[in-house]
This record gives sequence, C-alpha cells and structure tokens, in this order.
Amino acid sequence: MKLAGKKVFVLGERDGVPAPAIEACMKQTEADIIYKDTQCFV
Amino acid sequence: MTTPVIKGVSYCLAHTPGLVRYGSKPHREIQTDPLVLDKILNGLRSFDEAVAYLPNQVFIGNLRPHLLNQYERPWTTVPHADAERFSPWGEILPEEEFYGWLKLADVFNLVSFEAQFLAEQVKPKLALHPLMMANDMEKIGSGVSLVEIEEKVATGYALPLYVNKSQLIGAFEAGHEEDESLSAHTLLENLSNKATGIVAMRHALRSFDVQAENIQYVLGCDEEAVGDRYQRGGGNMAKSIAEHAGCMNASGADVKSFCCAPTHAVNIAGSLVQAGLYKDIVVIGGGSTAKLGMKFAGNLSKNMPIIEDQMGAIAILIGADDGKSPALRLDAVGKHDIAAGSSAQAIYEALVINPLERLGKKMTDIDKYAVELHNPDATEPNGNGNVPRGNYRTLAAMAVKRNEIERSEMKRFEEERGLPGFSPTQGHIASAIPFLGHARDMIMKQEIENAMFIGKGSLFLGKMTTLSDGMSFLIEKNKGVNPDD
Repeated sequence: MKLAGKKVFVLGERDGVPAPAIEACMKQTEADIIYKDTQCFV
Repeated sequence: MTTPVIKGVSYCLAHTPGLVRYGSKPHREIQTDPLVLDKILNGLRSFDEAVAYLPNQVFIGNLRPHLLNQYERPWTTVPHADAERFSPWGEILPEEEFYGWLKLADVFNLVSFEAQFLAEQVKPKLALHPLMMANDMEKIGSGVSLVEIEEKVATGYALPLYVNKSQLIGAFEAGHEEDESLSAHTLLENLSNKATGIVAMRHALRSFDVQAENIQYVLGCDEEAVGDRYQRGGGNMAKSIAEHAGCMNASGADVKSFCCAPTHAVNIAGSLVQAGLYKDIVVIGGGSTAKLGMKFAGNLSKNMPIIEDQMGAIAILIGADDGKSPALRLDAVGKHDIAAGSSAQAIYEALVINPLERLGKKMTDIDKYAVELHNPDATEPNGNGNVPRGNYRTLAAMAVKRNEIERSEMKRFEEERGLPGFSPTQGHIASAIPFLGHARDMIMKQEIENAMFIGKGSLFLGKMTTLSDGMSFLIEKNKGVNPDD
C-alpha cells in the first residue's frame, strides 16, 4: 500500500493494536499522521 | 524471609438496577434524550434473574469458569437452576440490602431513605445477614418521611434514589454546593464503592483463617477519585473501608493504575509481607457506579436485559506463609516498562515471557492464564468483541512463535490454559483477579499447579500520557513447609 504523502488518522485499541504500534508501522510508509488515539472498550 | 501467600479471596456483586441511570453512559444519554430512560427501565432484570445468571455464579465462586463453555450464549438465555445468592466466599446483594450497606457506610449523613422503606424492605433483611456487626442496625437509622426526601431532591443538590424502576425511596445529597468533587453524583460513586468494598472485606475476614484485628495494612485498588476540590483523588478508600470491617489495627493506602491497580497491589502487598513489615494485608477493590450500563445499548439492540446492572467488589487476603495457601512468586513479577513498546506482543513479552524466562519456565508450564476477563455478553452486542479471547489468541500465537506449540494447537492452548470472560465490566474488577479465588481453590484441591495473572491498564484515558500499563503475578502450590511448625 502506497501511503507516502497521505494524511492518516490512527485509531488503535488497547486489547487489539494500540495507536503507538500502528504509528510505528505508518512511519515506515512516510504517511503524514495527523491524529492518533487509542480507545479502551472496557 | 517469609513467602507471601494468598490466604483467601472474596467476591461480591451488588445488583443495583435503580442506579443504572446514574452510570456515566446512561446518564449522558438520558440528558440528551429523556426517552432513553424508559428504554433502560424496561431493559432491567430482576434480582432472581441476576442470581441465576451463570457468569454471576462463576464470579462469586459457586461454579468453575470452564463450565460456562458448556452453555449457549448469550448466557442470559440459560438461567442456572440451582443458583445461590451466597457462595463460600461471597454473595450477590439485592438492591434493598445494598442501600442498607450504603447507609451503613455513610458517616456524613449524605444519604436519606424513606422510613417505611427502611423498616419494611431493608432492616428486616439485613438483620438476618451473616455479616452484620454490633451497632450496624443503629447506624442505618430509622429514615425520614417521603416529603422530606422530595424536598431534598427539589433543591437540585440531591440525587433521587429509586427501587422497582421508579419508586422514590431516598435522596443522596451533595457534600458541598459549590464543589464538583463533592457533588451528589461523585459522592454516590465513592460511597457505593466504599459500601461494596465493606461487604467484600467482611466476607473475606469471615470466610478465611484471618482475624480482622490482625490485619496491619490495607491496599485499595479501585478507580474512584476521593477528595474535595483541593485534592480530588486524594484517596485512601482502603482505610475508609477497613474502619467498617473491624480492622482497627490497620492503616492503608490506595494504589492507582487504572484497571491493573489490583495486580500492582497484590505484588506490593506480597513485597511488604516478604520484607517482614506486615504479616496480614488486605487488597480491597469496591465497585464502580460509573460503569453501570456502559454498554446498555448493545444489550438492548439484541433484546437482552441490561447486564451491567451490578457492581463487583473483591477482597484479597495476602499474608505470611501458612504452609498451605498458594505462594506468590515475587521472583516472577512482570511489569510493562516505559521502554517496552505498546504492541500486544511487546506487552506480553514484558508481562509473561520475561518473568517465565527468569524462572526457566516455558509458557506451557503455566496451567492457567488470567487476562482481562470481561463478560462477552456485555461487550459483543456492543461491537467490542470478545476481550479475553483476543488476549488468549495473542498468547497462543506467542507460544507458536516460541516453538512451544504447533500452530494447529492454538485453539487447544486457549481452551486448556484460558478462561471464558465472566466478570462484570467493572474496570479494575475484571482485570485478571476474578480468577484468583478459583485459582487458589483449584491449586489447593490439586486441580492445577499454578496460574499467572496479567492485568492491563489504559493510562492514556486520563490524557496525561499515551502509555498503557500492565503488571503480572504468578501463584503456585505451597511447598507445605510452615515456618511456624
């Protein structure tokens, strides 16, 4: 997936994949992370 | 140096359908659309239904967790025919009795109940309750008139309290008219936590081989913020609860780390015992009104009763080695360090793999893992998945990655070493520790050798950090050498 230059919202989940982990992956793609948040559904 | 042991664990549920409207989510939804209240009231279940609900019987200790796997879900459709309100370690409280405990816990006369309600529905039942102590009935008092309650509510500084959906029976007043930290809503949260904590602590002290006067320290592990406008969160709910459980030689403090505070507290209590500072400690966690009805919309959308109509409370007795109770291995504590990383793998590496490697053990050397044990009857209808299952799959995948099991054995790993979710979605209450009582009993009855408890906390919810937290502990069969022999 080519995400270079794309604006990305990162929404993670505590018991799934948290936002910082997604952000670490996104950084490899040169995507522009404009928002990140981790939710806890319990 | 003594080994700390788990001398007993008690679990209580307070069935409080009348307080669901004051849960954070229902409260906000009702403010936006007052018609939501009727939908909630029509979705509430009876006390008998709450007692017969299989996960509740597991939570208080009457049924082993794995038996839930024999029943179709949702478990609301398969009431347990032989359900009991009491268990050897705890109970499910009906709402009327909970209100009695609330009044008993109320040392500032914040809550008033209608005289006839107290005389007919509360005091006669509590007079027969096995945990009642001298002067308890006196503390509950004789109540006030309905007119007086209506006047208190009319001031705008008191919350009306109900039974039978909409029968007004009480008023909960603010502690200060200008202080949000002492608003009626906040104090109702705090006092409900205290009241359920008192019940759990008294059960623990009654059910196991520990004397209240020998308790030297209590550690709170809940998520309430006790304090006024100048020190919201000042805390020490632990000492407030212990005062009402006869622990007159104890002091205490609270441990805060969101949902994983109980696993922190168990390790801290064990350390204090192992260091020789104290011989008997209680870890106490009362219930949360804020989480009542948190996922009510999911239940209603599936034509289920609202199962978040109850608060959970837990009391854990940790003491010096008695030669029989399961031992807490402080050389196998797992903690989620700041530098550890936030992926599920990094968290479990820190909480499970690192402590096991220190002991030279494999993942398959642990008989049972307790993770976030939220009941899927609450989470799945709301679109939040099966939380324990997701956690067990990650653990099983890690065992595959470490070449401990084959990929084809993942399901078996989950079935044999995992647990179904049976805890009310009460944050700190659901985080691993609901299994501690069963694990203690199973180890002492030779059903398992050991169990690992993995708690996780969502620190990021408080907007102070993007980090999460976690803490784990391991208990195992006592080697049977009593240092006092």
